[in-house]
Amino acid sequence: MDNSIIYGAIALMGGLGIILGVIIALFVKIFRVESDPRVDLALELLPGANCGGCGRAGCADFAKALAQGEVSPANCPVSSLEQIAAISKALGIDAGEVERKQAVVCCRSYIGEVKKMNYNGVQDCVAANLVAGGPDACRYGCLGLGTCARKCPFGAIEIIGQVAVVHRELCVGCGKCAEVCPRGVIKMVPADADYHVFCNSPEKGASKRLFCKAGCIGCRKCEKVFGSNFNVSGFLAAVDYTAGKLDKEDVEKINCPVGCLLSVEERLEAAYAKVKEVNQ
Amino acid sequence: MNKSSRDVMTFSGGIHPVGDGKDLTCKSAVRTAPLLERYFVLLSENAGKPPVPVVKKGDEVQKYQLIAKADGFVSANLHAPTSGIVGGITEVPGPMGIPAGAVEIIADGEDAGEPPYEPILNWENADPAILRQRVIDAGLVGMGGASFPTHVKLALPEDKKIDTLILNGAECEPYLTADHRLMVEMPEKVACGAAIFARIIGVRMPRIGVEINKGDAIENLERFEDRYGVDVVPLQVRYPQGSEKQLISAITKRAVRSGCLPMDSGCVVQNVGTAAALYDAVVRGIPLVERIVTVTGDVVVSPGNWFLKIGTPAIEAVKLAGGVTEEPGKLIFGGPMMGFAQKSFAVPVAKNTSGILLLPAKLSVNYEASGCIRCGRCVQGCPMHLMPCLLSTAIEADRFDLAFQNHVMDCMECGSCAYVCPDHRPLVQNIRRAKAELRKQLDNGRK
Repeated sequence: MDNSIIYGAIALMGGLGIILGVIIALFVKIFRVESDPRVDLALELLPGANCGGCGRAGCADFAKALAQGEVSPANCPVSSLEQIAAISKALGIDAGEVERKQAVVCCRSYIGEVKKMNYNGVQDCVAANLVAGGPDACRYGCLGLGTCARKCPFGAIEIIGQVAVVHRELCVGCGKCAEVCPRGVIKMVPADADYHVFCNSPEKGASKRLFCKAGCIGCRKCEKVFGSNFNVSGFLAAVDYTAGKLDKEDVEKINCPVGCLLSVEERLEAAYAKVKEVNQ
Repeated sequence: MNKSSRDVMTFSGGIHPVGDGKDLTCKSAVRTAPLLERYFVLLSENAGKPPVPVVKKGDEVQKYQLIAKADGFVSANLHAPTSGIVGGITEVPGPMGIPAGAVEIIADGEDAGEPPYEPILNWENADPAILRQRVIDAGLVGMGGASFPTHVKLALPEDKKIDTLILNGAECEPYLTADHRLMVEMPEKVACGAAIFARIIGVRMPRIGVEINKGDAIENLERFEDRYGVDVVPLQVRYPQGSEKQLISAITKRAVRSGCLPMDSGCVVQNVGTAAALYDAVVRGIPLVERIVTVTGDVVVSPGNWFLKIGTPAIEAVKLAGGVTEEPGKLIFGGPMMGFAQKSFAVPVAKNTSGILLLPAKLSVNYEASGCIRCGRCVQGCPMHLMPCLLSTAIEADRFDLAFQNHVMDCMECGSCAYVCPDHRPLVQNIRRAKAELRKQLDNGRK
């Protein structure tokens, strides 16, 4: 048998391989793009959630901006303090002051307690809010149709009894939910703050109580006990987070008559308890 | 030309709602409503900027007295509907579902007041500028529903050539017969008002479009055709013929391009109700303080048409009609297609409230929509020649850019698509959501 065909084929293919290899090697040399190794380094250390919480198009874009010194590692809302320290160290830059945030849904109206209208449209808060100012009696509270929960890249928001509740341990403070909420009921607050006022309605206490027993009535009791820690504007109290931290003892001393002043954990527990009670 | 032999015109697209409910009230003559104790005149009557109150709590007012002055160009004056005392500037449930500012007037029972303006009987030779000033003084707004200040529509830029004035007497919304009764009972007011409008904008032969299900209205209006130089145009029965662009298309066969105004096609459209109000303002010298309202619905004991003063709470209007036979499922201001569902019976009648409609609970159904089956009925029905099926699927996937490319902003939310959709998909609501979102994006872009 004539083996020349086989040897010819091997020689041809081998030759082609060598020639093309040389061409590729040349092209790599000629068209080489200088890339900053720090971009890859930063990208490796970033969480990779591509949430956009930093305001950039994703983690890769943020890493590029980091390498060019346009942003600080602290601008990434998702990274933990250790991760930020690691990025700063790797890139040799100073992260500066790091302020962590968390999202809080400032409404605690349970299903059945707030009068809701018969709404049968699109199950989306933005759409519902366009129909006669929203289907529920309160114009400021949570609509509970879950637009924020769907938007959250970390699954940190749960709709319990038609009201959104944030799971604090999952929330990284990217602020996506606050952006889409048509009523601004989601507030971005410092991550280390424990206690918040769970109401968003500045309406008069009396008119609010006609349809919601859970809202702040603006009695100013919190302000009387801990003046510096609260701002009461109109009929709505708000915690002043810059004036120091409130602990459990302080809150017990205030003893909010409507029970608006809660920690995120207490709020979550109460929401679950209420749903259980309603279901029974 | 013999009218009966002329083709009955219409536009392309649109729907005809079956069982349009007009027979409930179309034979009932307009009645005068008894005087109430209190009126809540909404400050945000007009589209644009709300007027500024010029009275304060405790002031005595005469009927027709100015109580709020227009603030800026796109704004309209507001007058007292009756004589009495100002109870204060309060907040009442507004027609858009959110509380709205209102002037409370506690009636003294006299209902006394002189017409505040000099009647212009010789309007045929009057200076158009004087007539236009009268429109501003009398606080006229579009009474078809949008309540856009009328003088803004009459202030035409120099470079726009207007050759056609159209009066909208189509009243294509189901259930409503307020304009119908107006044309049947007061055809001279409508025809004369049309002629005054024509004088203001300098055109001849205003055309009044009336759907042929209002035969008596057409007949009565035709008697005044020669005296006031108007042309009554019979139109096919089709919704939404009363929309500006569709009416222009039906009567003149002209199209208004995307993003353009009727004036770009040489047309000005006014409602017949506005024309009647203009007649009152010019010939009788009285401002706009009352209008015809259809109080109707399948649960109303005796539906009918009433002259209601602006500021009459809806509950009082329902009482006039004898109350309800069963708990209503829905209260709507305007017609069932484009009207606004209300949360409260305390919402007062405004200058643009053409009807108060109470639907039974069985007609207020919760539909479960699944997916679009691409049957294309909405495309056939859309009078703006959009593709609602495509728009709504794009919006459900948060693709507002795609919706924008497919001209979602041209949608006028007439509801024809949702009406014909076999799956009862919430097409209009999706489109409204996209429009709100896109407007927000455009605003942010400008900042």
